[in-house]
Amino acid sequence: MTERYLLPPDGVDRRTLEAYRRAGGYAAAERAVHEMTADAVIEEVKTSGLRGRGGAGFSTGQKWSFMPKPGGSKPSYIACNADESEPGTFKDRQILERNPHLLLEGLIIAGHAIAARAAYVYIRGEYVTAYRVLAAALAEARAAGLLGAGHMQSGRDFDVHLMRGAGAYICGEETGMIESAEGKKGQPRKRPPFPAVYGLWGCPTTVNNVETISHVPAIIGRGAAWFKTIGTPTSTGNTLYGVSGHVNRPGVYELPLGTPLRAIIYEHAGGVRGGRALKAIIPGGVSMPVLAADQVDVAMDHDSLKRAGTLLGTGGIVVMDETACMVRAALVIARFFRHETCGQCTQCREGTAWLYRLLQHIEAGEGSDGDLATIESVGGYMEGQTICALSDAAAWAATGFLRRFRAEFEAHVHERRCPLPGSFVP
Amino acid sequence: MSAADGSMLSEATRQAILAEVPKYPEPRAALLMALHHVQAELGHVPIPVQCEVAALLGLRPIEVREVVTFYPMYHEHSVGRRNIQVCVNIACALAGARDVVRALEERLGIASGGCTPDGTFSLEEVQCLGSCGTAVCVQVNNEPFVENVRADGIDALLRAID
Repeated sequence: MTERYLLPPDGVDRRTLEAYRRAGGYAAAERAVHEMTADAVIEEVKTSGLRGRGGAGFSTGQKWSFMPKPGGSKPSYIACNADESEPGTFKDRQILERNPHLLLEGLIIAGHAIAARAAYVYIRGEYVTAYRVLAAALAEARAAGLLGAGHMQSGRDFDVHLMRGAGAYICGEETGMIESAEGKKGQPRKRPPFPAVYGLWGCPTTVNNVETISHVPAIIGRGAAWFKTIGTPTSTGNTLYGVSGHVNRPGVYELPLGTPLRAIIYEHAGGVRGGRALKAIIPGGVSMPVLAADQVDVAMDHDSLKRAGTLLGTGGIVVMDETACMVRAALVIARFFRHETCGQCTQCREGTAWLYRLLQHIEAGEGSDGDLATIESVGGYMEGQTICALSDAAAWAATGFLRRFRAEFEAHVHERRCPLPGSFVP
Repeated sequence: MSAADGSMLSEATRQAILAEVPKYPEPRAALLMALHHVQAELGHVPIPVQCEVAALLGLRPIEVREVVTFYPMYHEHSVGRRNIQVCVNIACALAGARDVVRALEERLGIASGGCTPDGTFSLEEVQCLGSCGTAVCVQVNNEPFVENVRADGIDALLRAID
């Protein structure tokens, strides 16, 4: 039985400061602020092996260590990424709506570690309930002196501010988010300079995902050594796996990294609906290449998924059963990327539109073998060529489906129709 | 403000916008929140109001318009009083989002992207709302999600949201 430390037990309301404190909340922040130096906090998080839960999986402690030491000419900021928009991903929302003080406590500790003046939490505009719950928690935390001028009798000022996005996926990309937070179009910036040098308003900024920050109170409260006992040597701690699609019990499950995909689908999510056969699984949000049913025994950690030819991403697992047409699935995802490209890089702007049109063509039974080759070649031009990774993701998604389910794509071309008439409709 | 001085925004909305400004080192950072306040009052952000917001935040009108037109949640032109947004991304598609859209089109007598002639309902297809475990997910205006929607449940949905 997994011990949860991110989500409260089912049926327990931990949204108020009182309830959160009753469960031991803010003790880790007290410890960090009053008993630990900033460097000691960073060292502890580094030692814990915590890796970012927003998709890229970078070492959180290392990221914090890139920030300048206090006393520089510019203030430092935290930009907390709550723009959860990767299709198949709905985990940060669980923290925001059910355990908002956990995020605030994590931000206080992170703020201490990098000597930040403030944290800006960028919440996707559609998450109106999450925004309201977090805003209420924030007001309570300020009233209790946990945030604001001289917070927690630390002699330092640290506050948290909320800002809302407005429906653009690209603002989940760290520099797209920074541009958006500054009140501009969310078009990603070229790097270098990285946000730790030139982030919000040109100041040093650490960008961390909601879940990533929410692991920090447990690491400080119980120690890096405890944290490392959970998961695998290179993927430590619990994580929030979101399971959706053709399963009996879709939802978010807090489990150790490295939990076998089979156990997540069949034990936790109740198996494939209607007793149907499993066909395909997207393991970490639609940006990550799809897996076929015969890969269901993979462990859900960074290394194992890499060996399986995909990535952990956000841990958003989309399950598809035998009725699902893979060309249609690829088409839905290509339509998404075509809609969400910010348009500044040619390869991405044109490539996402090409992939969508090619897949439409094939799905309609009008494709040719040449179209399959064109998907590969367009995908090749889109990878590693652009300012941000949206282009790579769009290419991986399309070529991933094509490579893993080539026979089904060829059947569409050769039979000039969809061979799965009972499939979902895009 | 009243219509007398040409403002299309209420004093409350203007004050809500100005209250955002001190949170940030630069007033421009308040723009996205400002536009949410505008849309909560008016339902959309027409060009004259974009100019008003620009004046409030000390921006050029184009700096407001490029944001209004970049972000899918902002509408430069009016939409229905109840703007129904159906997620059609992968998890919702697998759960029958297309059937939900078709049922709504038929019931409302409009195509996806359109608005009923009386201005009550408009229908939009949107990308992932972040509620994949409770697909199909529908959002009306900027209100909390309506989850687990099915095509055979749209009469109840329309009654609940009207």
